[in-house]
Amino acid sequence: MTARVGVVTFPGSLDDRDAARAVRRAGGEPVALWHADGDLHGVDAVVLPGGFSYGDYLRCGAIARFAPVMGSVISAAGDGLPVLGICNGFQILCESHLLPGALTRNRHLHFRNRDQRLRVETTATAWTGGFAERALITVPVKNGEGCYVADSATLQRLEADRRIVARYVEGNPNGSLHDIAGIANDRGNVVGLMPHPEHAVDPLTGPSEDGLAFFASVLRHLVGTPA
Amino acid sequence: MTHDTVEIAAKEGHLEQPYAELGLKTDEYDKIVGILGRRPTATELAMYSIMWSEHCSYKSSKVHLRQFGDKAPASDRMLVGMGANAGVVDIGDGLAVTFKVESHNHPSFVEPYQGAATGVGGIVRDILTMGARPIAVMDSLRFGDADAPDTARALPGIVAGIGGYGNCLGLPNIGGELVFDPTYAGNPLVNALCVGVMPVNRIQHSAAEGTGNVVVLLGAKTGRDGIGGVSVLASATFDSVGGPARRPSVQVGDPFTEKLLIECCLELFDQELVTGIQDLGGAGLTCATTETAAAGRSGMHVELHRVPLREASMEPPEILASESQERMLAIVTPAALPAVLSIAAKWEVDATAIGEVTDTGRLVIDWHGETVVDVPPASLADEGPVYERPMRRPADLDLLQATDPSTLPRPSSAVELRATLLKMVASPNLCDKTWVTEQYDRYVQGSTVLAQPEDSGMIRLDEDSGLGIAISTDGNGRHTRLDPYAGAQLALAEAYRNVAVTGATPIAVTNCLNFGSPEDPEVMWQFAEAVRGLADGCRTLGTPVTGGNVSFYNSTGLAPINPTPVVGVLGVIDDVTRRVPMGFPAAGRILLLGETAEEFGGSEWAWVQHRHLGGRPPVVDLSREQALASVLAEGARRGLLGAAHDLSDGGLAQVLVESCLRGRVGARITLPDGADPFVWLFSESAGRVVVAVPQGAGSTFTDLCVGARLPWTAIGEAGGESLAVAGVLDVPLAELRTAHEGTLPSLFG
Repeated sequence: MTARVGVVTFPGSLDDRDAARAVRRAGGEPVALWHADGDLHGVDAVVLPGGFSYGDYLRCGAIARFAPVMGSVISAAGDGLPVLGICNGFQILCESHLLPGALTRNRHLHFRNRDQRLRVETTATAWTGGFAERALITVPVKNGEGCYVADSATLQRLEADRRIVARYVEGNPNGSLHDIAGIANDRGNVVGLMPHPEHAVDPLTGPSEDGLAFFASVLRHLVGTPA
Repeated sequence: MTHDTVEIAAKEGHLEQPYAELGLKTDEYDKIVGILGRRPTATELAMYSIMWSEHCSYKSSKVHLRQFGDKAPASDRMLVGMGANAGVVDIGDGLAVTFKVESHNHPSFVEPYQGAATGVGGIVRDILTMGARPIAVMDSLRFGDADAPDTARALPGIVAGIGGYGNCLGLPNIGGELVFDPTYAGNPLVNALCVGVMPVNRIQHSAAEGTGNVVVLLGAKTGRDGIGGVSVLASATFDSVGGPARRPSVQVGDPFTEKLLIECCLELFDQELVTGIQDLGGAGLTCATTETAAAGRSGMHVELHRVPLREASMEPPEILASESQERMLAIVTPAALPAVLSIAAKWEVDATAIGEVTDTGRLVIDWHGETVVDVPPASLADEGPVYERPMRRPADLDLLQATDPSTLPRPSSAVELRATLLKMVASPNLCDKTWVTEQYDRYVQGSTVLAQPEDSGMIRLDEDSGLGIAISTDGNGRHTRLDPYAGAQLALAEAYRNVAVTGATPIAVTNCLNFGSPEDPEVMWQFAEAVRGLADGCRTLGTPVTGGNVSFYNSTGLAPINPTPVVGVLGVIDDVTRRVPMGFPAAGRILLLGETAEEFGGSEWAWVQHRHLGGRPPVVDLSREQALASVLAEGARRGLLGAAHDLSDGGLAQVLVESCLRGRVGARITLPDGADPFVWLFSESAGRVVVAVPQGAGSTFTDLCVGARLPWTAIGEAGGESLAVAGVLDVPLAELRTAHEGTLPSLFG
């Protein structure tokens, strides 16, 4: 059976259709989820896509965190539901306290869109199991507030527990501490990524196909998970 | 508080009104009194002053712009022509594309971030109004010298504003221009383009038809921002102190509201719930109510006190003149109204019934029970003044054209040519523009096939068939200054060529005509010549003008900008997987298509090396451009092209550097026997393209050239780690990259 992966649309979500396309290209069935609907419609995993939910007003992700759908996502994530937050989705996961730390204004204060080299630092998450160890990949970044910060104890714990999912290499685009591009929760089912793997699923429209493995990984992970 | 009502105005007869302060001339005021048979109310006067402003009425340009229609080539692709919010062309497979470029020059000078942001917002709503989903934006930017103090103020804010708005809307920014020239120092140009796509049967109309239908205002609340945007800002010249004092005339953008408005409107269109739709942009509610009523040949009754306000103390003239952003006016049947309100509620968009369509032929606006406006809508929308402004060939043009660059000292030794190359590729107009373009999202929506620095942006429309479109915008104020007729055609030819090099076929044109004051006869002559050149060029190339925008009063004091027609060309490509990039492949033969002559009038070399502007611009040969386009389209379709890149500013040297750096590969070039290396490397002759042809495909491709009578010259091979021109120079790619990419970061941080 094809895994069903929910893609949430908040007011101001922008990369929802791209995330759905990536799920489809990886062999999954994308399911549209609406911010005001607390029902997850039985999906096997959830993607919180990029964009500017609620215009990034107040703080990126701070309003979306209170959407009805997020109550369900937070509780299902506690039960092990795989959740991937991309860019604004990562910000929402931090605001929801599913992931530690925060995404702040880029050090250089500009929005920056570039093709970014990354090193995948762990394959022990629901979303990275399909990568080779320490794989080097190219995926677009595009954000104005992507500078990851956390207190030093949190950073130490993330490093020690191998919860840093991906790191910027060949240049840090936003000033993130420890070159962090993505992190996971301790169980490995919730992952936040600042770069956009859904924009790297087809060489025609992106810099590579490297992003596809995040979506393929979760499908593989779900096959191995008893229903 | 008492308001000036129609009743009072009728009683008071011809009491003098402060029309001059609102920018109206005495004869224009007299005409209004004639139309109404009484003096206008204060509210009516405000409405006439903005609708009859240069920006809204095109009163100085109209007599010239008719040529775009009169000379339009026959095209069975045109679904909606000029005069609508944006033209619509049929691209096959049941899809229609609409695109348009518009200026937001003066607001962006006064308040760079918001001025540029709302420029994007405005053009996006024009595209939405036609029924299309906006799918990409581009922007053409012009500033004073790169190191001028005001450029450091204006440029970062304008770029951030374009990015801030477009990124938040989820529209990929796929191309544009960035040009520096001192004539723009006190009047930068911000021209924003948007393109959208829709099923052919979803095209919307702006007519208010059907007596009893409801007039619904959608979107943001109305505030005091942007009052006088079209009249005070866009239809007058800046004097030395005019800038900051006019900040309240600049609108303030909220892209989040616009994003919701877009999704809401598209759902309304899909469910066929609106009979007419019009965006609120320049001139706000005044323009939207009068234009929809005029287009419907109907009447309209508006209860202005129903308009949701940000500031309760606003008066009728302010409400009608406000250019608050993110608003649309929909005409819906009473039966559809509940569904419309419910979809608006789903998207958290405010929707308010503010009036109804009538059969009176009058636009009647009430304010708390009193009638403050009672006018024939067409008198505002369509029957404004039309001027045949006096024109005069600029007095200095003969001297300027006689000041030929042929006498300028030129580099001749290998050392001088190498130094010239490095200086040119690092100069502000020719350097890498990544500092700007990486502030824009080019990936969102997942269908961007080509984006800057490629010659055109290209968007995939259909994932199954691969059908796509390509767009490029170009303009050259220096060429147009030297010869406006030829300059406009050169801009057209360059945009046309930029679309063609990607493998797409050019099909339609939009334009943004940026000029000085129409009250200056020399500017008016430049304008008339440029329009004539563009209309003639479009006829020859078979690419109709689908719409555009005129921006006058781009002057600082008495000094106008270089006349700058910016031309956007739309192309269609059957299969985007056949697109041709600009970067050289790892190996392949390099050919130069077209012919190189000694043409340095208005060139980048003359400017960079000598700050010289004079002579004649390059010769235009539109049949050569057509031959190029047909060969490139066929070459792309048959997979014969590894790369193609158009030659324009900076000539062959610039193209070789860009294609090498983009492809991360060097090139070994040998110029023909007897060629003057300086002329071959830096001349800006039009009608030329560099292509890289894979080994083995060379003769098949050159046969195409022969068949199209297109001259070509084999000039070398791709490969290696440097750009080498035999006997002239050999520069490592790393050195070229440092020179090319370092300029903007060092200027703007």
